[in-house]
Amino acid sequence: MLNDRRGRIKAEAERMSAFFLAEGALPVEAASLQPAEILLDLYGEDIRARAYVTHDPMQGEQMLRPDFTVPVVQMHMDEGAEPARYTYQGPVWRKQAPGSDRASEYLQVGFELFDRTDPAASDAEVFALFGQVLEGLNLRASTGDLGILMAAVSGLSTIERRKAALKRHIWRPMRFRALLDRFGGASTMPESRRKLLEAVKSATVPEQIKAAGRFVGLRGRDEIAERVAALEEDQAAPPISREEVGYLEDILSIREKADIALKHLRRIEADFGPIRSAVDRFEQRLEALEARGIDVAALDFEGSYGRTTLEYYDGFVFGFHAEDRADLPVIASGGRYDALTGVLGRGRSIPAVGGVIRPEFVLALREGA
Amino acid sequence: MAVKLGVPSKGRLQELTFDWFRTRGLDLRRSGSVREYAGAVDGFEGVELVLLSAGEIPRELVSGRIDLGVTGTDLVHERIPLWDQQMELLARLGFGHADLLLAVPKVWIDVDTLDDLDAAAAQFRARHGFRLRIATKYHTMVREFLRLNGVADYQLVDSQGATEGTVKNLTAEAIADISSTGDTLEANHLKPLADGLIHQSQAALFRARVAPAGTADQNILATLLARIGVHQSE
Repeated sequence: MLNDRRGRIKAEAERMSAFFLAEGALPVEAASLQPAEILLDLYGEDIRARAYVTHDPMQGEQMLRPDFTVPVVQMHMDEGAEPARYTYQGPVWRKQAPGSDRASEYLQVGFELFDRTDPAASDAEVFALFGQVLEGLNLRASTGDLGILMAAVSGLSTIERRKAALKRHIWRPMRFRALLDRFGGASTMPESRRKLLEAVKSATVPEQIKAAGRFVGLRGRDEIAERVAALEEDQAAPPISREEVGYLEDILSIREKADIALKHLRRIEADFGPIRSAVDRFEQRLEALEARGIDVAALDFEGSYGRTTLEYYDGFVFGFHAEDRADLPVIASGGRYDALTGVLGRGRSIPAVGGVIRPEFVLALREGA
Repeated sequence: MAVKLGVPSKGRLQELTFDWFRTRGLDLRRSGSVREYAGAVDGFEGVELVLLSAGEIPRELVSGRIDLGVTGTDLVHERIPLWDQQMELLARLGFGHADLLLAVPKVWIDVDTLDDLDAAAAQFRARHGFRLRIATKYHTMVREFLRLNGVADYQLVDSQGATEGTVKNLTAEAIADISSTGDTLEANHLKPLADGLIHQSQAALFRARVAPAGTADQNILATLLARIGVHQSE
């Protein structure tokens, strides 16, 4: 019976693969064991809690593939022709939360599109194909756009360092909020920092380091001095204005149908010009979606969607959910990850968008189990 | 059969454990030679004393090979996911206090909070091309703590001993370790972060949620717990 179910999940995966193949995708494979270093570098220590790590005496730390995106991007950057459409299917391995009854080995079917010509059309193509392959399952699609949030942060009238800190924590909403409160003057400075900034007025940083004790560690005196200078710069800079904090909050709070969200964003843009080109791209995407027959007046858009996923999406993001099945997680998800191709491309990059589907949940929906 | 009580196999932790039980009317003692890992419970039929490394006691409780065990809360939190579904904390014993905390070099005059650590980690990664290394043996607790507090751009490096020395030896930039007094930190030119307290550990008596087989042993367990004056929840 168990094998039978596995067989049916596999058949579901095959059906979806065949769909993407018929749409012109090239089938690709990836090794089950991936070098841990690249994945750790991309995802940080958190991936260690999610992925299975093993050790090879010659090749060092290896991970059981936690997703296909990274190896597929690497393969494309090394040898792919442009533009390219790829599809893949196979197991991935993820440790589940303690107490969870979710499988730690499961199939994924994915589709990735690498194309420089028309990002809006590429976004729409991927989203429309996922919509088609999942047709009849009564799923609700959610969409978002991290590009708008990034443009808003870049457009703040404040020092670069604050913008960099906010961008770094776009995927950690609580930390982002804490930084915004501090940069906006809504929260007070920690006591130790106030004391440090007071102390450096009367004694130089090298003097203070000397007074603090014996110097140990790889982080150098110049790095400490550089950060103290950064703190002084931050203290001297005026807080981010209440209006600009308000624009960010407004963008993050949007939960509307996509066509209404566009009007909302245009109103914010009237006061906060720096998001204009990102909102233009959003509008172009909506037009491209309409051209593919998607009703944007019925499509959900959330200003903060995609902020809690693994941190590589940097533009359009989407997910398909089964609303009447709260026991199932997101059935399919994806988004644009232009920056990731730059990180993995060793100097080269290409706009890319794609997503993955969980066939076991598709089957659960079909069978009502 | 017998009810099995697991206690630390040696050292100060064992002495204090024996003292704790003695003041509650239960005499535990080692049997055989000083070097032999064997023990006995005087004046209480049907209880077997098992001497174990404190680090193995959590696992033995989960498997139900021992019914009661004394070990540090840090070891239970670190090693047993959802530990409270597998065992019940019956009593905190008031000794073996130790804080799991994050510490950085004292010369880092710019770092006092997790917010500072996060900023220093970003700067460090940009400068050195790898993530700031934190040496620890408490991977699970440290990773969860840093995730909840939104610290990024770090990596954990495993250190099973002499962790405070890793910074001086340039194998880590910061540490997360158990510190009972702070003297070792001081001697190694480190300071704790103001908001870097991850866990306050002490020795505790745990009961395996896997009940002993047979009503006879279950009755012995209940009598034993009544004697030492602790209550189990079910």
